[in-house]
Amino acid sequence: MSSPTPSTPSPAAPLVQAHDLAKTFDVSPPWLNRVLEGKPRQLLNAVDGVSFDIERGRTLALVGESGCGKSTVARLLVGLYEPTRGHMTFDGQDAHTEFKKPSGRTLRRRIQMIFQDPYASLNPRWTVEAIIGEPLREHGLVTDAAELRERVGDLLKSVGLSALDMPKYPHQFSGGQRQRISIARALATEPEFLVCDEPTSALDVSVQAQVLNIMKDLQRERGLTYLFISHNLAVVRHVSDEVGVMYLGRLVERADKHTLFAAPRHPYTRMLLDAIPEMRQTGRARTPVQGEVPNPLNPPGGCTFHPRCPHANDRCKSERPALQTLGEGHWVACHAVAENRL
Amino acid sequence: MSLLQVKDLVVEFPGRRGTLRALDHVSFEIAPGEILGVVGESGAGKSLTGASIIGLLEPPGRIASGEIILQGERIDNLNFDQMRSIRGRRIGAIFQDPLTSLNPLYTVGHQLIETIQAHLPVSHAEARKRAIDLLKDTGIPAAEQRIEHYPHQFSGGMRQRVVIALALAAQPQLIVADEPTTALDVSIQAQIITLLKNICHDRGAAVMLITHDMGVIAETCDRVAVMYAGRIVETGPVHQVINHPNHPYTAGLMASIPDMAVDRERLNQIDGSMPRLNAIPAGCAYNPRCPHVVARCRTERPELMPTSGTQAACWLHAPQAPHGDLA
Repeated sequence: MSSPTPSTPSPAAPLVQAHDLAKTFDVSPPWLNRVLEGKPRQLLNAVDGVSFDIERGRTLALVGESGCGKSTVARLLVGLYEPTRGHMTFDGQDAHTEFKKPSGRTLRRRIQMIFQDPYASLNPRWTVEAIIGEPLREHGLVTDAAELRERVGDLLKSVGLSALDMPKYPHQFSGGQRQRISIARALATEPEFLVCDEPTSALDVSVQAQVLNIMKDLQRERGLTYLFISHNLAVVRHVSDEVGVMYLGRLVERADKHTLFAAPRHPYTRMLLDAIPEMRQTGRARTPVQGEVPNPLNPPGGCTFHPRCPHANDRCKSERPALQTLGEGHWVACHAVAENRL
Repeated sequence: MSLLQVKDLVVEFPGRRGTLRALDHVSFEIAPGEILGVVGESGAGKSLTGASIIGLLEPPGRIASGEIILQGERIDNLNFDQMRSIRGRRIGAIFQDPLTSLNPLYTVGHQLIETIQAHLPVSHAEARKRAIDLLKDTGIPAAEQRIEHYPHQFSGGMRQRVVIALALAAQPQLIVADEPTTALDVSIQAQIITLLKNICHDRGAAVMLITHDMGVIAETCDRVAVMYAGRIVETGPVHQVINHPNHPYTAGLMASIPDMAVDRERLNQIDGSMPRLNAIPAGCAYNPRCPHVVARCRTERPELMPTSGTQAACWLHAPQAPHGDLA
């Protein structure tokens, strides 16, 4: 995969660099079934060679449909998964090597995550003070209970809640407030990099607006770097600086958001943009969307998008296209674009 | 004459600490062949409205007052068996999750044929032929073979097509579709919306489309009703409501949706959240969050009143309005 990453980190190097990241899951039937029924091993390439970098203070959004591997990328970046291939560099350090060392705690402190479901990601038996205070205690960032309460109070205020909410339990809050508690917990260790996996997908639109506004404000105040994962292109367009489009475990297009939304090149990106329901009838020409995402256990050969692509030819069916640059900050993996057919 | 009339529908949940009123005097009509969108945030009562119409209100929820009239006939006071002959035959239903709407133990053909024969006096062979035609109409390739398959052998989008085929099996006049595309990916969502719209148009079926997605409403519906805290706060032709909302809640809701065409640094946010059923404010339920609130809003509840292009339940539009139009 082509990547713009320089080989030696410099002070101006991007904060986060993913290089050819891949994650394969073994989804084979149990050993006995394989032996008795003659079933083969089965491997699922959830993420298959993804490279990108994110500069400090910027937001990269990953979009794609269910099963395209975007959440797996998120989990790789925070160290919840070990990559099968490739590596990730954070501020010049190889992150997955560092995570394993005792000093890896410092790195974990600097990378935090916000999850999709604010109902499942907060312990219902813990008070808000315990939930937000846990990372502070765990990383030894506070010395006594009074300091802990003060810090938790400040964190609650920074997400628009009150210090008086500390003794309450998660069920006493609405979905949007719970997501703000998740954000406060993620901010507790003063991270530089936040991985947000569909942070507003479970929320109503008016509440989504509250959460997105808070996330943007915090980024401005604290210089946070975000990886923002979403399937909602309108949300992505609002929050991101750069957008990567994923399909079946691979990045198919990456560009800054204005380029991507104004002049998408990959047929899949165009299809996704065409699929967005229009609020106001602008008379934009749209092509009807065709087909469905294939089974990732048995992906098509060549370019995995070829069965749904109106521009596919024989080369697309046999040869996998690599991500190639089209000019300043715009990469596309498509034979039709490379051959000027599109 | 309208196909469906809902008049002053009140749904209540009796509980130990008093009765909660989940729907509070909801009234609307659907004309034959029309698509009515019902939109609102979680807990606004939109699914409950749909469940009341198809007679699937979960106990202890009950219709406390009001009428539901299908083609001039009251259906809210029918007993279980009478309702059963209407459900599926005259009112079809499509739910959010296509996997729970289908029985995993029977082939889709079995389920379709059973539904057709339960409602229409046709032979098995004729029902089977109709089932294949339905699958073809809903865009399922190789319908003759697919009819022998089980639900798990279909993908999410294909399953939702099967559910639509099931809902249409007995040629109902009304389809209640509750979040039919929410569980699907955007590319599949567009296909299902187009299908639903075309197939209902071709067959002249009216649709009540319940969703929280304004984009889906804009693409599909003729008219829209916006719900808030168990009441309809604004209703009107879809483009009037979306482009020129007259209720402050609709206006706030529209402005909080990220727009593909406009760049904004901050989204408009509606502070606070929808009140719980046991703490609905007096007067207009939206008054604590409303930027245009006046004294009257806190004491007196507004009913739907005509405004420019739509009907809105808001004192701003009363004949002796304290303000002019919403900016």
